[in-house]
Amino acid sequence: MSTSTVTPSAPAFDRESFDRLVGASALPEWAIAARRQAFERLESLTLPDRRDENWMRTDLRLFKPKAWGPRPAPIRAGVADEGLLAPAILSGDLASESYADFEAAASPVGPATLGGRFAAVDGHVVRDELDPALAAQGVVFGSSDRLLAAHAELFRPHWFSVIDAGCDWFAALHAAFHAASAVLYVPPRVKIAAPLHVISGISEGGVDTSHVLVVLGEGAEATVLTETAGGGPAGGAGGFHCGGTEIVVGRGGLLRMVNLQNWNTGVWHVARQRALVHENGRLQWTLGALGSRLSQVAQDVALVGRGADAQVNGVMFTEGRQHLVYNTLQHHEAPSCRSDLLYKGALQDRSRLVWRGMIKVDKAAQKTDGYQRNDNLMLSDEARADSIPGLEIEADDVRCTHGATSGRVDAEQIFYAQARGLSADEAARLVVAGFFQQVFDRITIPQVREALARAIGSRIRRIT
Amino acid sequence: MTHAAKETLVVSNLHVSVDGQEILKGVNLEIGRGEIHALMGPNGSGKSTLGYAIMGHPSYEVTSGTIELVDADGTRHDILAMEPDQRARAGVFLAFQRPMSIPGVRLADFLRHAVTNVRNPDRKEGHELMPMRDFRTELKSKMGELSMDTEFARRYVNDGFSGGEMKRAEILQLAMLRPKFAVLDETDSGLDADAVRLASESIARIGGAEMGILIITHHEQLLEHNIPLKTHVMLGGKIVESGGPELAQELHKRGYERIRAAYPEAAAAEKAMEESARAVSV
Repeated sequence: MSTSTVTPSAPAFDRESFDRLVGASALPEWAIAARRQAFERLESLTLPDRRDENWMRTDLRLFKPKAWGPRPAPIRAGVADEGLLAPAILSGDLASESYADFEAAASPVGPATLGGRFAAVDGHVVRDELDPALAAQGVVFGSSDRLLAAHAELFRPHWFSVIDAGCDWFAALHAAFHAASAVLYVPPRVKIAAPLHVISGISEGGVDTSHVLVVLGEGAEATVLTETAGGGPAGGAGGFHCGGTEIVVGRGGLLRMVNLQNWNTGVWHVARQRALVHENGRLQWTLGALGSRLSQVAQDVALVGRGADAQVNGVMFTEGRQHLVYNTLQHHEAPSCRSDLLYKGALQDRSRLVWRGMIKVDKAAQKTDGYQRNDNLMLSDEARADSIPGLEIEADDVRCTHGATSGRVDAEQIFYAQARGLSADEAARLVVAGFFQQVFDRITIPQVREALARAIGSRIRRIT
Repeated sequence: MTHAAKETLVVSNLHVSVDGQEILKGVNLEIGRGEIHALMGPNGSGKSTLGYAIMGHPSYEVTSGTIELVDADGTRHDILAMEPDQRARAGVFLAFQRPMSIPGVRLADFLRHAVTNVRNPDRKEGHELMPMRDFRTELKSKMGELSMDTEFARRYVNDGFSGGEMKRAEILQLAMLRPKFAVLDETDSGLDADAVRLASESIARIGGAEMGILIITHHEQLLEHNIPLKTHVMLGGKIVESGGPELAQELHKRGYERIRAAYPEAAAAEKAMEESARAVSV
């Protein structure tokens, strides 16, 4: 049906591509030096294999590294608006969908106004905007190519220092070949109400290696929404995302971060994401994962200052032969911090979902309050979910708990709803939506909550 | 059979099995719209089974007999050929003895789907729901009539509800859906005397001339404001005797000894069912 756009002559992630990338780069020398270092590291590495604990539940046999490389710029930059890059997360008048939201809002709430928009296709920036009122307050947002050189003092201390760029082949590939990356800096005590939106799209067979760096100054507040879209369906040319996210929440800052992964089901998705939360800083970090063929995501939170707080939410929905692997780490490095992770997954068909979570408490991190929980709803007998919670505690005065459940939609619930006039399908969708509601209830942005609920609701088919 | 001048729910010679065991052994019952019938009988006699069979629970297999809705002009609709949701859309309602919880789904959102479907029987999923504003106005007014706190609608369906709250939620759904025929399966169980009185008044207010109601109960309090046209006694999977409201009073005061003595065959069936149930549970 679909023919591959990856011809034998398509560039790979090799030295030739690397030299071309560096030659055309607008990045400052220090960022290029980091690239070079990562490229050298990449050349010394091979694909992770199943002897590596983080990768033992990930099947990379069909991943062909040489099939992927930098892609040419899209023919029309205008693809950004109506098609691929229309932000799913913010569209529509969503407020009337839920009774509770209707009650909460005196008048219908429209799509959120955005404080800034950044969009890329196949690793090329197609949109790069910031509300001038925010820029006047000292907010810096947009393309790293444009902003790293101009604001080295803001970004250099953090750029590729939050995540470990050399920890495996994918991390090194990302650090060497990142493109169309976005950075955000919010100055101390500046509070941004309007979300900043970052979307990465790829064409069928396309590649995205974008990086996101978010730095919040002391007492700053912001909401960042990132989305992915596009790529080919399973069985076609697919696509490849090799990304990284770095977050720094300054003392007393508050960041709401939402990452919606909504690739088509042929896309390989590998992402390394890590946040540092300083003293009394707060992070609410929500991952929504609906797409991709195979995902391997590391989501780490490090609580590095006393009283830091991280709430981590995950909403996963898999179908077909999708295989999603999440390795999470809640690392308590400082005393009196709180971390609370809730991952919820629903699995259809022959899909597989792996969550491996770790709460690590350093000796210094007394009075830690750590929690992690993973609930999975099995919608098919052939789906498989693995929940592997873990605790590694060196302090002696802590409270750390974890839990995991796996269940099915109860036939009695379906009958009850049918007895009230709901079709079996409609009932199943409601039950599954309800299953996720516990996560949605934690998400403070109605539009995000609704978008996730709708994206998931549209995916649920009849349960057999 | 008399030709009904009003819509009726007609159960004829109904046999129902669960897990291969016959629970109902030939039930006959006819309820017209606007009529209240009481169904009494000892535990395990098959009362709830009749409710489930009317609503179409998949575990309750109808092995013979019919359940039909008969229009005023005599047109018959075979309920057994319908999925449970089609039955609900055709105007049949069951208030569950033990309602299921649906965590994460607010009662209001659940009811909005239910009301929209029942009022637009041909609605397909994804078609417009009843406008939120109209729905909320109606919901608030019904909750007011039933002396319910409107905050209740924001809670998840039966999730963490007390026994009494569940029953009140069932009554609220009855009020919003306004079915043609309703089976109320022990809507008084687990309620204190005041709550039963409130439930009784509420049902009377909701019912009226439009609704045919089958009240399954062990007690007569629920019937206080809902004087049954007929009282039926079920024993061993059959309705063995029918009478007026005085029969409900008699059973409430004196129990089922007279009934068992008068219908030895049904009493023997009851005993056999009890024993086989015990054998299964051992």
